[in-house]
Amino acid sequence: MKESIIALSVMATLLGASLALGQHEKPAAHNYKADVFVYAELAKAPDKARAKRNPMENDPDAVAAGQNLFGQHCSECHGNSGYGTQKAPSLRAEQVQSAAPGAIFWILTNGVVRRGMPVWSKLPEPQRWQLVSFIKSLGVAPETSEKKPD
Amino acid sequence: MTSRVPLLFSTCCLLAASAFFPYAGRAQESPYIVTYDHYLEEPGNLEVEYFSTFGTQRGGNDFHAFWTELEYGATAWWTTELYLDGQTTFHDSTIFTGLRFENRIRPLKREHFINPILYVEYERKNGADKILKEVEGHDVESDFLVPNAEARKEHINELEFKLILSSTVKGWNFAENIIASKNLSNQPWEFGYALGASRPLALKASAKRCSFCRENFIAGVEMYGGLGDRYSFGLNNTSRYLAPVVAWNLPSDWTLRLSPGFGLNGNSHAFLLRWGVSREITSFGSAVSRLFRGRT
Repeated sequence: MKESIIALSVMATLLGASLALGQHEKPAAHNYKADVFVYAELAKAPDKARAKRNPMENDPDAVAAGQNLFGQHCSECHGNSGYGTQKAPSLRAEQVQSAAPGAIFWILTNGVVRRGMPVWSKLPEPQRWQLVSFIKSLGVAPETSEKKPD
Repeated sequence: MTSRVPLLFSTCCLLAASAFFPYAGRAQESPYIVTYDHYLEEPGNLEVEYFSTFGTQRGGNDFHAFWTELEYGATAWWTTELYLDGQTTFHDSTIFTGLRFENRIRPLKREHFINPILYVEYERKNGADKILKEVEGHDVESDFLVPNAEARKEHINELEFKLILSSTVKGWNFAENIIASKNLSNQPWEFGYALGASRPLALKASAKRCSFCRENFIAGVEMYGGLGDRYSFGLNNTSRYLAPVVAWNLPSDWTLRLSPGFGLNGNSHAFLLRWGVSREITSFGSAVSRLFRGRT
């Protein structure tokens, strides 16, 4: 009996902490500094990953397919048009648009787990490259720090 | 009435998910029902799942066990989950069999060839539990011969630990789970395993949204069984199963899973048919937070 009370207490504490942490991670106001940290992850991509060419770059359907995938998996946090939301940074920022396709692919594969972006390696490689094609097609927005409403 | 709690609860949750959260996210869910891979729930998302297992029983009545899962992504590295379990044994009764609370934690920041996940679960169930979510120790088919009225008198408090190892290579996912569980009533440690392999039927996404495109289907196989306990480790007097699995990730945000399973020795149920339905609700955490804090 004593053991089960201890186990229940531990689990209840974990549940409370997970909800609290989940709410803590919800940004009450957009924090541009956090974007800077996330963009900095692009620079951490190894040279080998950065040098990879997008095998979908000549596929005429890649951007449309990537747009579908973006709507399904990414727009919730990055916004429907990629301008970013309170949850995640803009993908139309200079840092993203000037990054090598291989670096964006590397971020998709590895996520930025400690800053809330999950790993997306569960999407097969061709789908991640289709996403890269779509993200690169967005282009740079004139004012990336000022989020446009989606 | 309480015996149908998991079924009613999951139906209510799934209906509420449809009614109140019309902008659910499209899931890319794995087809596994027993095995875990290293992919956690996206942060802030809630996945509502209902699963059934129909099992044959030699020398007794066949059964239908069912459970509801509420899976919440607390962070990108931590998923927490609540289960409610129940079962119907034909020509016997329908009963609520207990609850489980599990946590999965990703210790490494980046993807590696093999990705570990740490899993800890507390189970508070009775002896009539038949969901077979994992097989461990010397769990065998004849354990299920006890009538519900007798079996439910046994109360079990159990801690379960898993080391989940998972790799994704060229569209294939390979997952291995090593299970160790401890009944808190002075029982020995019990061990088990689950293995899985799966792959989407197509690796490229279509340019148009479609329900029947091959990339929406993920097929695979899983194998699971017991490994004895601390005093008699090994495959002797254990049960084991092989089960093909398929998941259909619908663009309308629902995922359907189907898995016929086959017992591989005389200690196992000859046939298990499992199926499940789930829906992922995006930004659930933010929505709940807004309810209590007002709009931010």
